[in-house]
Amino acid sequence: MGRTIHLAPVTRIEGHASIVIQLDDEGNVTDSKVHYMSLRGFEKFIEGKPAEEVPRIVNRICGICPWHHHLASNKAVDRCFGVTPPPAGNKLREFAQTVSHAEDKLLNFYFLAAPDFVMGPDADYGVRNVIGVVKAAPDLATKAVLARFKAKMILERLGGKAIHPHAGVAGGFCRPLQESERQQFLEDLKELLEFSTFTLDFAKKEVFPKYLDVVKVLGVFSSGFLGTVDDKGQLNFYDGKLRMMKPDGSFTDFDTQDYADYLGEAVVPFSYGKIPYAKFWNDGFSLDLDNLKGIYRANCLARINVCDSISTPRAQAELEEFRKLFGRPAQLTLLYHWARLIEDVYAYEHAIELLEDKSITDPEVRVPVEPKAGRGVGCVEAPRGTLIHDYTTDENGLIAKANLIVGTTHNLGPMNISVNQAAKALIKNGEVTEGILNRIEMAVRAYDP
Amino acid sequence: MAAKVAEEWLNACSGCEISIVDLGARILKVLELVEFVHIPVLMDHKYYGQLGDGKHIDIPEADVGIITGSIRNEEHLEVALEMRKKCKLIIALGTCATHGGIPALANSYTNESIFERYYSTETTDEDQPIPNAGIPPLLDTVYALDEKIKVDVYLPGCAPHPDQVFAALAGLLTGNPAVLPDKSVCDFCPTKREGKGKVTKIRRFLESPHYNNDEPLDKMQCLLEQGFLCMGAVTRAGCGGDGLIPRCIGVRVPCRGCYGPVNQDGNQLLQMLNALASNGIDVDSLPDYTNLLRFSGAHGLLKPVPQPVRK
Repeated sequence: MGRTIHLAPVTRIEGHASIVIQLDDEGNVTDSKVHYMSLRGFEKFIEGKPAEEVPRIVNRICGICPWHHHLASNKAVDRCFGVTPPPAGNKLREFAQTVSHAEDKLLNFYFLAAPDFVMGPDADYGVRNVIGVVKAAPDLATKAVLARFKAKMILERLGGKAIHPHAGVAGGFCRPLQESERQQFLEDLKELLEFSTFTLDFAKKEVFPKYLDVVKVLGVFSSGFLGTVDDKGQLNFYDGKLRMMKPDGSFTDFDTQDYADYLGEAVVPFSYGKIPYAKFWNDGFSLDLDNLKGIYRANCLARINVCDSISTPRAQAELEEFRKLFGRPAQLTLLYHWARLIEDVYAYEHAIELLEDKSITDPEVRVPVEPKAGRGVGCVEAPRGTLIHDYTTDENGLIAKANLIVGTTHNLGPMNISVNQAAKALIKNGEVTEGILNRIEMAVRAYDP
Repeated sequence: MAAKVAEEWLNACSGCEISIVDLGARILKVLELVEFVHIPVLMDHKYYGQLGDGKHIDIPEADVGIITGSIRNEEHLEVALEMRKKCKLIIALGTCATHGGIPALANSYTNESIFERYYSTETTDEDQPIPNAGIPPLLDTVYALDEKIKVDVYLPGCAPHPDQVFAALAGLLTGNPAVLPDKSVCDFCPTKREGKGKVTKIRRFLESPHYNNDEPLDKMQCLLEQGFLCMGAVTRAGCGGDGLIPRCIGVRVPCRGCYGPVNQDGNQLLQMLNALASNGIDVDSLPDYTNLLRFSGAHGLLKPVPQPVRK
């Protein structure tokens, strides 16, 4: 008689998931599933709402990345109404989105992921958490808490509210940036860039080498990758074209407005969340470990893989080092942690770049808009992956139809594959320990879902 | 002695948990005052035992249970009941827990119509069966916490301001968790009010209000008096935290009601329509009514009946 391991809830992640692993009579894994437990139905209940109100509704999809939903939504609404924000309005939006990336990565590394590395994957769950890290390394933890808070407060001061923002408005940004604020933010960000590069150096020296053996076996498989690049093929969080790379490194670029020609979403019985796949490969969809079809990944490792280069110097140097070690595309799942910290450095460098351009304080930040019928796809790179908001409005500018593909969902299939792979590799002959189960969860945590 | 705290998120977005993290340096202080025994976002305590072999959801006993999010499915309900059983005091944190929050906008629709749209879009394959294996069935509607379990302390906000989260957590030791005053956002709004009667129609927020960016907020005229819908009059104060100034108004954006009604059992839709009508404003100029309950649609206020179609 086999048995079932019910690992719930998956912890130190942002969403609601559980893992169920089936063992056969000998105690070996026959199957595993990651169940995505939540369905709220934003696509349905924003119907009939005035489109200009929607960026303040859909930000509630995620409390960790509300800025990204807010701004993808703003972009979609502007396109429905046929309006382009003034340059400073657009720059302020991009600045906010960039800072939001920056603080999010520190949150993930120190609060969610670090316990596995600092305390070790086998440590008791009572200490294998950020509270344990605070006790084990109080100086570092205090620095991390303060740095992330400083970044977060830039968003609060800029937009009035850091969690569930209302700063992006139809036709632009809610208010101009004052020169004194620009200078203060610059000062803060330069300090934060130092902390970000320190974090990456620290991780490369103290954390990753110790776990390189785990990195090479945990949740590993080959997939495609999706991310946004600009006209030069460089990493871009805020705007550009989408690039889908195949496992062999060849890629196709496409316009965000055409996403539905390239991406499909499979509905599977075990998950409320739909599982996106690369429809245009014309290969179908399969999560079968021995016969994967249509599978690609998103989020930091994907973006680091699909971009040709990074426009800022420190991050570009890190990218070159990373590529020398792991190739392009890098496939090892736990390298998400490394890629995330490279992106963090880029985010701070780019935020500084945006602020150094004084035109960001131009008082023209918003143009009036007329509600009307239209369709618009708003797309940004959220920390957890390519985020797509597709709206159709009626003649009164109310939402007639909406389709959303949320960053995390691109990785729902890959998380299943990684967990399945990890469970089969780690559970043998019925031997199950807390450390083994935690390692299996680490295969999920790498994706920062 | 540190108070034992269990924390759970149900039909939630994690914004309330992030507002705990956004305590900044104060979180280090909180960690001295409280001992978390269960908090899925930060700690690996599991429902079914650490080896996943239990049969029922088990949460450790605690002095205080903090619950964010509404109750949307059978697992949420089971977790909420277990939390109530194991915690001496329950705090409903955030507007989803106190009033349903944004996800309760779903209450205007049947589950079937939500499934129908969600699993049939521009990007899904045709005729897909609705998922049902190993995932908790949805309840008929989105419930605020107190529709299913007894709540001791209400702390709304979307997200709640970290100042109030801190006051509540720090107050645990003295048995005196902070309670928000029964005041409205308008009570703390510094904008200039000139009186009733000039505005007769509501304008949508499609253009910038009138203000001079070099002048402080108290030189800007009330946004409702400028003709924009602003829900401050029917919304509980608190979003500004210890700084008091409402956070949307602070950046020249009108309030949408994220702290829920001024009194726990208030109805923001009826109160807002009443406020507009009594000021001589034509309520037919609103593009959509359900929007007035966007944060407080639980407690049976939003229902899947044909909604009035507004032009």
